[in-house]
Amino acid sequence: MKWFDKPGGEALSRDTLRGSRIRERRTIAGVRQSELARQVGISASYLNLIEHNRRRIGGKLLVDISVALGVEPAVLTEGAEAALISTLREAAAENAGVSAEIDRVDEFAGRFPGWAELLAGHHRRIASLERTVETLSDRLTHDPHLAASMHEVLSSAASIRSTASILAESEDLEAEWRDRFHSNLNEDSARLAESSKMLVQYLDEKDGGADRRGVPQEDVDAFLEAHGYHFPELESGEATPDDLARNAPELGSDAARAMARGILRQYAEDAAHLPLAPMAQLIARLGFEPDRLSRETGAGLSRMFRRLAALPRKVTGTETGLAVCDASGSLVFSKPVAGFALPRFGAACPLWPLFTALTRPQTPLRRVVEQAGRNPGLFDCMSVSWPQAAPGFNGDAQLMAAMLVVPLRGEPDPDPIPVGVSCRICTRRNCRSRRERSILKEGF
Amino acid sequence: MGRKVLLIEDEANIAEAIRFLLAREGWQVEVHADGTDAVDVIRASAPDLVILDVMLPGKSGMDVLQELRANGPMRSLPVLMLTARGQSRDREMAEQAGASRFMTKPFSNAEVLTAVRDLVAGAARP
Repeated sequence: MKWFDKPGGEALSRDTLRGSRIRERRTIAGVRQSELARQVGISASYLNLIEHNRRRIGGKLLVDISVALGVEPAVLTEGAEAALISTLREAAAENAGVSAEIDRVDEFAGRFPGWAELLAGHHRRIASLERTVETLSDRLTHDPHLAASMHEVLSSAASIRSTASILAESEDLEAEWRDRFHSNLNEDSARLAESSKMLVQYLDEKDGGADRRGVPQEDVDAFLEAHGYHFPELESGEATPDDLARNAPELGSDAARAMARGILRQYAEDAAHLPLAPMAQLIARLGFEPDRLSRETGAGLSRMFRRLAALPRKVTGTETGLAVCDASGSLVFSKPVAGFALPRFGAACPLWPLFTALTRPQTPLRRVVEQAGRNPGLFDCMSVSWPQAAPGFNGDAQLMAAMLVVPLRGEPDPDPIPVGVSCRICTRRNCRSRRERSILKEGF
Repeated sequence: MGRKVLLIEDEANIAEAIRFLLAREGWQVEVHADGTDAVDVIRASAPDLVILDVMLPGKSGMDVLQELRANGPMRSLPVLMLTARGQSRDREMAEQAGASRFMTKPFSNAEVLTAVRDLVAGAARP
């Protein structure tokens, strides 16, 4: 049985609405179906059946899903009231300035279910709108296709406006100039019509959901996500990186295929050094301790981080996220993990241990961080930097850095480092590292 | 001979409309459509004002402006920046780069004429 196949043995539930609750909670958490499926070790199609209440769910899988979504299993099993109370608690926690009577939340939901549902509904709506704002803001700022389309539309409009004003306000315009401006108007209006149509078509396509084909980085992200960041064909040697990149339907451009090829070649090299079966045995013996595993295998920490992030959860025993950056701090690879958001475009939070590692070359760092957000959680972040190529006398060493991110569940830390995602969507106040104002809350 | 405006804009129809407007008002207008050699063209032309588009082929208007401001004699030359991006960050970048004024597309002809007159008059004052 493959690692991502459905685990057996879970008890069947008589509650037929658990799937709907899972879907609702997943949507609130902003986690993609494929991502949640990967985290709990089942296929996305099976999770889809569960979410549409066409497969019953219980036992370990239900617990795993509740852990991945950061909610109590009861929220998924006990129906509307438990979920409602949970949402009300979240709403109260996020509005620290208002002292809601948390200890009487059960009474409130019981005595005024309509008002309670209204409040919870607004809370969910706000969460959804905040995610939409984040997405649109990112898109407006960083999407090259949208920027080019907008430039085309606005340039055409500028030309039309100037030319039309000249024609309208110049009674004594010479015939030659008038003809020329009419011709320009005709040309620019056709261009405006075409560019507007293309823009609307582009936005319509994007509105359909997660598919954002055409931007190479996003194509590569979609490709990696569709495979759960794990490639059995490369583990077994049945396919080459070039084969996989060439035949991937998610990769819609040469640029995307080239990026994916680079990542897959690194994957194959890491897998050759640290094969799956021996790694599984070693982790079973030593535990999920990257530094010990590194010493035991002789592999560098950066390779070990990449490898651990590429292994199935049933091998590692934990979820893993990974971020890799170059010396400029640009993220060149990211594998998200539930609760620790990674920016889709642009600069990440400078407080991440990933970037601290760049200031301390080849010195491993381990920090517990708490990322600001809707459901802040604790994460064990291990990072290290290394020179991209062997240093020489005639050139500066270019550093890369990697950070392995592992969720800490039920393990309190007295002094976690507060971090964010990126300044644009971070609401932490009084941060000395803030580059720009947040578009969330403070911005409104 | 009127005062000279150098218009650096790669959108031919926008350039044509602005050139017509300014020429009708008595300005001598030169047009250039590339960022790569824009600084050399500005030096050679020695205009009273530059209208500079941000999105240019070869080199962006922001880079042209920064290079211009690093050059001694051109530090105080009035530069009116044109852009299709009106976000506050773009405006801040233009100000930091040394733009005298920042105008977002689509603009009105009256706005352009007023800006040109004001900037040149301001530069002429001791």
